[in-house]
Amino acid sequence: MNEFRKDFLILNQEVNGHPLVYLDSAATSQKPEQVLEVVRKYYDFDNSNVHRGVHTLGNRATDAYEGAREKIRKFINARSTKEIIYTRGTTTSLNTVASAYGRQNVEEGDEIVITYMEHHSNLIPWQQLAKEKKAVLKYIDLEEDGTISLDTVRKTITPKTKIVAMTMASNVLGTINPVKEVATIAHENGAVMVVDAAQAAPHMPIDVQDIDCDFLAFSGHKMCAPTGIGVLYGKQELLEKTEPIEFGGEMIDFVDLYDSTWKELPWKFEGGTPNIAGAIGLGAAIDYLTNIGMERIRQHEHELVAYALSEMEKIEGLRMYGPKDPEKRCGLITFNLDGVHPHDLATVLDMRGIAIRAGHHCAQPLMKWLKVSATARASFYLYNNKEDIDALIEGLHAAKEYFNNVIE
Amino acid sequence: MSLNNLDQLYRRVIMEHYKKPRNKGYLDENNVTIDMNNPTCGDRIHLTLKINDGIVEDAKFDGEGCSISMSSASMMTEIIKGKKVEEAIELADIFSKMMLGEEIDEETLDELGDLAALQGVSKFPARIKCATLAWKAMEKGVKQQELK
Repeated sequence: MNEFRKDFLILNQEVNGHPLVYLDSAATSQKPEQVLEVVRKYYDFDNSNVHRGVHTLGNRATDAYEGAREKIRKFINARSTKEIIYTRGTTTSLNTVASAYGRQNVEEGDEIVITYMEHHSNLIPWQQLAKEKKAVLKYIDLEEDGTISLDTVRKTITPKTKIVAMTMASNVLGTINPVKEVATIAHENGAVMVVDAAQAAPHMPIDVQDIDCDFLAFSGHKMCAPTGIGVLYGKQELLEKTEPIEFGGEMIDFVDLYDSTWKELPWKFEGGTPNIAGAIGLGAAIDYLTNIGMERIRQHEHELVAYALSEMEKIEGLRMYGPKDPEKRCGLITFNLDGVHPHDLATVLDMRGIAIRAGHHCAQPLMKWLKVSATARASFYLYNNKEDIDALIEGLHAAKEYFNNVIE
Repeated sequence: MSLNNLDQLYRRVIMEHYKKPRNKGYLDENNVTIDMNNPTCGDRIHLTLKINDGIVEDAKFDGEGCSISMSSASMMTEIIKGKKVEEAIELADIFSKMMLGEEIDEETLDELGDLAALQGVSKFPARIKCATLAWKAMEKGVKQQELK
């Protein structure tokens, strides 16, 4: 898998006098040359607005922009490009579902079901919607190992439930959730299933028809594409019935003084000049990932996480969160070293050129559940290798020793 | 930069304050209470100040955070106790200048006592907010008191 490292020029540098070890891909991934080149070429030769100009550049830009949409459709196996809406990212996608579909379909007394492991992006929109509509926000409790039991899911979702929103892979616990099975339970109760795929889309194959989810959200920047571009997938029949929430240029069909009509899907949800270069970059990122193969990426990360888990287990005083079984996890490990605050740990690792995340990871209710205020997190991607993990392990030993000595 | 550079950040006195914080706890609710957090990393502080006739008679803190944020709070409560409010604010200004990496003369450094150990934080931009959290809380508390 190291063959792909060369595509990421950023990795070829020293940080604080050490070769960079980038273990923060769950926050944002690095971008390969193949993606940067496509974005550069667009600006160099085709830059123009989409769906407006009748000139050649306008056509080229539109073709590339819509071509990327088809790549995304194929990537998640949606039925039609009408179901693929460009957004700024996962947060905007989920907010759009809550503000558009949610606000139009949830009423007082209805239930919205989420889990304790949601990222704030898949929590606050539902919390606020529930407050506004006087609906009931219910949490699916977690098992001790940070997984979700379908029995608990069945007990939490009821015929009153209108929306079930769940992450496909947790950005803290690493847990991969049974979203397909949960979607079935949601549908049996007449609810729609919303999937937050921010940590899943970059790392494993996704088939929205197989999951049978109603909405699914992910970001480009966590999967080798530029920042500021993301996707909202929605079933066509639901999107057709949902009114847009952003009005203005690009999304209109006909405007009269006192009323207007909207373009058809997917454009009715894409008000304003879109992130054209971002969309094209996301298309290029999908080409890049698909050429490698999502199964292969998943397998590679699985091997890394299994190796890291077994090595980290040997470090005394290191606590890891989430399922112990690597089969149940995606490629990230969240942990704490006894007596060392995660920020302090992150600083020590940074001095060795190792980039990890420390903090609450935008999952404060989950931190409460874990009974910690913050954690450290190492996350892997296709460009990481065993040496990166060895560097992390050495760094953790060094940090432990350093703080033991400095404290005495 | 090697691990030795960390010694600029983690001076022994900082780790001592982290391990054995001074003035940890609460004053009763009649006093000025301030809650502050650093939303980017989740550090939080609960500070209570007893201010009488323009003098900070007592200060206590509780909170959760890294060694830098908690030791800074411990040192701050220690140094402002018994000082006039204006003196406390002046110290906050000096501290803030120190965090920005400005030259501080020997005499002023002496005045800062243990706090001078935090000077190295200015070389770690990601950690400056940790060090200033308690000070921001104190400044907010003083303003609250003035408005009363």
